This record gives sequence, C-alpha cells and structure tokens, in this order.
Amino acid sequence: MLERMTGVVQVSLRSLWMHRLRSGLTMLGIVFGVSSVIAMLAIGEGASQQAQEQIAHLGSTNIIIKTVKPPDIEIGDADSGQTIQEYGLRYDDAERFRETIPDAQVVVPVRRQPQQTQYRSRRVTAELVGTVAWYPELVPIEIRMGRFLSPLDLHYNQAVCVIDEMLLDILFRVDDPIGQQLKIAGEYYLVVGIVREAAVASQEDKQEFARNTRGSGVNGKIYIPITTMKSRIGETQIQFGGSTGSSGEKVELSEITIKVPAMERVIPTRDVLSSMLEQFHKKKDYQIIVPLELLRQAARTKRIFSIVLGSIAAISLLVGGIGIMNIMLATVSERTREIGIRRALGARKKDIVIQFLSETVLLTLIGGLLGMALGACIPILVTVFGKMPTVITPEAMILSFGISAGIGLTFGLYPAYHAANMDPIESLRHE
Amino acid sequence: MPCPQPNNSRQAVVRIENLQKAYYLPHQELSVLKGLDMAFYEGEYVSIMGPSGSGKSTLLNILGCLDKPTGGRYMLGEHDIALLSDDELSAIRGRRIGFIFQSFNLISQLNILENIEVAMYYQQVPKHQRHQRAMMLADRVGLADRLHHRPFELSGGQQQRVAIARSLANDPLIILADEPTGNLDSKSGSEILQMLDELNAQGKTIIVVTHDENVAARTHRTVHLLDGRVERVAERGPACSNA
Ligand SMILES: Nc1ncnc2c1ncn2[C@@H]1O[C@H](COP(=O)(O)OP(=O)(O)OP(=O)(O)O)[C@@H](O)[C@H]1O
Ligand SMILES: [Mg+2]
Repeated sequence: MLERMTGVVQVSLRSLWMHRLRSGLTMLGIVFGVSSVIAMLAIGEGASQQAQEQIAHLGSTNIIIKTVKPPDIEIGDADSGQTIQEYGLRYDDAERFRETIPDAQVVVPVRRQPQQTQYRSRRVTAELVGTVAWYPELVPIEIRMGRFLSPLDLHYNQAVCVIDEMLLDILFRVDDPIGQQLKIAGEYYLVVGIVREAAVASQEDKQEFARNTRGSGVNGKIYIPITTMKSRIGETQIQFGGSTGSSGEKVELSEITIKVPAMERVIPTRDVLSSMLEQFHKKKDYQIIVPLELLRQAARTKRIFSIVLGSIAAISLLVGGIGIMNIMLATVSERTREIGIRRALGARKKDIVIQFLSETVLLTLIGGLLGMALGACIPILVTVFGKMPTVITPEAMILSFGISAGIGLTFGLYPAYHAANMDPIESLRHE
Repeated sequence: MPCPQPNNSRQAVVRIENLQKAYYLPHQELSVLKGLDMAFYEGEYVSIMGPSGSGKSTLLNILGCLDKPTGGRYMLGEHDIALLSDDELSAIRGRRIGFIFQSFNLISQLNILENIEVAMYYQQVPKHQRHQRAMMLADRVGLADRLHHRPFELSGGQQQRVAIARSLANDPLIILADEPTGNLDSKSGSEILQMLDELNAQGKTIIVVTHDENVAARTHRTVHLLDGRVERVAERGPACSNA
C-alpha cells in the first residue's frame, strides 16, 4: 500500500517535473493564496496577542482616568506676570470614587513626574511615581528585592522609595541597593525594594521603549508614597520662562485607576465615572481609558484584516484553483493517448483518477509549501516595516496545508474524472 | 468454415456468437459487424484479413474488451463479457490479454523497463517481482541493454519488441496484434513475426490483423472479413491437422 502510494507520488512528481515551467506558473495562484492566508492569520494573531498583553498589563477589570492638559486653559493671574495653570484630577476625585462607587474595589491615585535622581556621583532623570501601598493590586508588579511601599510609609509620609530594575542597572552597578540613600529633588530617600513591572510586550518593544525614554531623558521609575510626594515635592511645577515671567502648572494627580470586581461591571462603572467627572470638572482635563475596549479594538482590527486578506486569499485561491483545473484539463487532453494505453493495459478508471488527482494535489501541496514559506516572510516584513506584531501559529500552517490539499482535490477531481471516463478506443486513436 | 473436428477436444479460448457492432450516428445507424460466429482455440495462431473498413480493428478491439459489442455474445474463457463491470473488464485486459498495436503505443515519458512494468503495476505485482520479470522479458526480446532508454530513442522495430515484451508481462491468455508490422520495414517486420511465431510455438494463442499475405501465410488459419461479415476462412496450419 505504502509502496503503491510512493509509486504514484513518484510518477506524479516526474510528470510535474517534466513540465516544470507550466507546473510552476500553475501553482502561483496557490502560492499567493496560501501566503496571504498565512499573513492574515499571523497579523490577526499578532494583533490579538498584543491586545491581550496590553490588557494583561493594564488589567482587564481596570478603568484608568488620566489627567490631560485641556487645550483652552485659562490664564489665571495675568497681571502679576505669574501664571499657574491648575487642572487635572484631584485627591477629592479619588476620594469621591472610593466613597460613592460601590463597584470600585480598589482606587489607586498616582502622580507622576520626571525628577533628577542621584546616587553617589551618578545622576539621572527618572519617572517619579507617587502612589499608594495597594498599587500592585492593579498593575502586576514583581518584587525582586525588599518590599513595596507599605500603608505605614504612607501614613507617616516616610522618605522611602522603591525603584525598578532599569534604574537599578543605571545607578547601582555593583552596590546592594537596599538601605542606600537616593537623592531625589534635593532630598534623600531610603531604598526599600526593587520591582519589575510586568513585561509590556516583546523584547523589541522594550528596546524601543528604552530608546524612546532615553530620548526624553527618563530612565526607569521610582515609587514613593504619594503622601510623601505631596508634602515634600508639592504639586506645583514652576518653569521660569523668558519675557512672560515664570509659569507653572498645578496638578494633584496624574491618574486614578479603579478596579471593578468583574468585566461586566467595567462599562457601567465607566459611565458612572464619566458623568461624575463631568459634574465636577468644568473643563475636560481628563481622559478615561478602558483596557477592555482595547480588546474590542483589536478584535476589530483583526476582523478588518481577516476580511481584506481573506478576500484576497479566497479570490487568489479560487482563481488559482480554476487555473489548475484548466491546466489539468489541457494535460489530460495532451495525454489522451497515454490514458488509452494505460486503460488497454488494465488500468481501472479508479487508477486513472488516482494518477491525475495525485498530480493535482501534489501540485497544490508544493504550491502550498512555497506559499507557506512566502507567507512566513510577509509577517516578518510587516513587523519590521509596519511596526505591527505578528505571530505565525502551527495551526495556521496546518490550515494552509489543508487548504492546499483541499484545492487540489476540489479542482483536480473534474479533470481526473474526465480522464478516467474517456473512451479507451478513442483515446488510443488520439494523435 | 472453422475447423470442425477439434471442437470437443480442445478448449475454446474465445467464442463469439452472432457478434454485432453498430455505431449510432446522429442521422444513421452504421452497422460495422453484422453477426460474426467464431471460436479461437488455445494455442491457435489466427490472422484476420479484409479490405480497409471491413471491421477488422473493430473486431479486435471487442475481442480485447476495449470496445463493447452492440449485439450477440462474447465468451472469453468462462466469462461472458457483456456481464462484466468496467473494473472487471480492466482486470481482464490486464491479465488475460496482451495488445500489440500498429503504432507501438509505448508511454513516452517512461523508459523501456517501466513500459514493460506498467501492465504488472495495475495487477498489483510487487515492485521487486515486477522489476525481475520486466528485465527477463526485455532480455527475451533482445533489449536487455536498452532498459533505461526512452521509447523515442529506439527504432520502430525495437519499439515493437518492447510492446511484445509488455504484452507478455502478465502471461496473457491471448495476444491481439493489430497490424503489428504495418509501420515497419520488411527486415524489422520479419523479426517481429519471427517472435510471434516463437511465442505461438511456446503455446500462446495469437490473433493478428493484417493486410499482408505473407503474414497471414505464417498463421494456422485466416479469417477473411468483408463488410462486417466473414467472407471465408482459410485453413492451413497444424491446428486442425494434428487433431
Ligand atoms: N467511432 C466510430 N464511429 C463511427 N464509425 C466508426 C467508428 N469507428 C469505426 N467506425 C467505422 O467502422 C468501420 C470499420 O472500421 P475498422 O477500423 O474496424 O476497419 P478496419 O477493417 O480495421 O480497417 P483498416 O484496415 O483500414 O484498419 C469503418 O467504416 C469505420 O468508419
Ligand atoms: Mg484497422
């Protein structure tokens, strides 16, 4: 049985090889069809994995409210030559959410600010994150050494800090960081822990993140109690400008993150938050981010890609299939004599069907394999030039292989039956 | 008249009774064979002659189970051909019948060895055995040194020798040859005829269609067809005399 199959395959391969140019041209449709299937699946899979990672990072049951600078900000005290722009989320917002929204399981206020930080002679600008002890409940944080901020730190406005691994690498190359004093904005803080935030995405993204942050001069993060930040650093940032004198911004909180107990509660809670914020903020100086919606967006992206590439794939596979059928019909008529001879020598109709069908299926399978190879290249290009993540799954490969075989069977069946049903005598007379 | 005496004593390999073949064309019915009665016996060497269009090839194709009669009966050995399915007919062609054609009909993309093997392939003969037998047959027709050549690299006479080797592959009951020397010069033609004579001497039943009196002269019996009917039968060979 196996010997017979390899025999059939051998004969088919030989006859495909004899007409290699024709075989090559014939399989192009399948090659492009299959490669677009692979590319489609890779891009779709990449988009949804990226979304899932983002959501894992941001938390699918979280709602994030961020302070944004409103475009039409009022000039406060124009006469004094000093303008303080006051906007954004406030402590009382966080307080209000905690007290009035029953679904708000956890409310985490955060204040972010770039700050100069120094250890011994090494000086660097890092992102100072003022937050609360329960911050890790929202954002997956891995403690590498020591501990995170504690409620006592907050209560007593302790001058302690937790730094992330990036900053660790920059500031403490060899020293044990725990127990060291770090100078931030002119004051000393005791390092109590080292953490790592859950990976945002792949290695490449991290590198890109590093590149970007280096550009803006921010290297890593320092977490300190928000109470300490309020009392020691304050909320106003003054910039000393030229002719207009100095200007400043007063922002209490950079963001408030709220965790709800279940995914179904995300959207209703968002609506409540939204109307509450509208009521207490005259200007739109905030933005509500719902990670769950990123998932929806990713699904939408995936669907669009699937439709576009899916149609290309379907059309190209259909056209490819018809092309193959056409060529196989031509082959059959070219080999009419051979078919007649084989029939005279005892070939059953079934044998003829198998011969031509195996030739078609082999043709499409080879086309499919080439398509897979090409299809594996497209996502790489998309990732490099389109900055989109792509993932090629084994399922996609298996599916493509199945599609190629299916096309071969579907479009090979008619020519094969046509060959088998030719009258042996007429075939033998055929020139 | 066919040989009268040996009917009971010898096995009829092929028996046809009132065999008819008509083509139903759009506006007419073309009757090609108009009721033939014949029997061919084991070990017989028979030639069929007749003017062009008299139905010789048609008869041979029916005998070879390539074509179906439109009337009458055809018994091949114990089989009534009319009752067999297409697959069974294929099996009969493969196992019981060896064809030799005027235009050789070798498969051009296969080499000589593979051409001889084809018929065995369809009878599920294992590869090794197939190989052995094909080499033996090629040797028998004097082409042992051409096994891996393709048909177009051989002369007509050599190609026809391959065809003879191929026809013997499954040790058939009868060999049907339709003008086997028609495309050959007299020298290679006589080589082929020599081979057929030898096969018959070894006991193979052979039916050969020919226009050539010299070919017919080598056979035991010649059936003359005219316009789809048996015109006359000429007996000459040892088939009857030794009965
Ligand atoms: N498929 C067909 N349709 C219609 N008529 C046919 C068909 N095949 C054969 N015939 C007719 O049957 C008749 C007998 O043909 P056949 O080939 O048997 O002749 P033949 O005796 O072998 O002739 P030749 O000596 O030239 O080979 C011819 O008149 C031919 O035209
Ligand atoms: Mg003829």
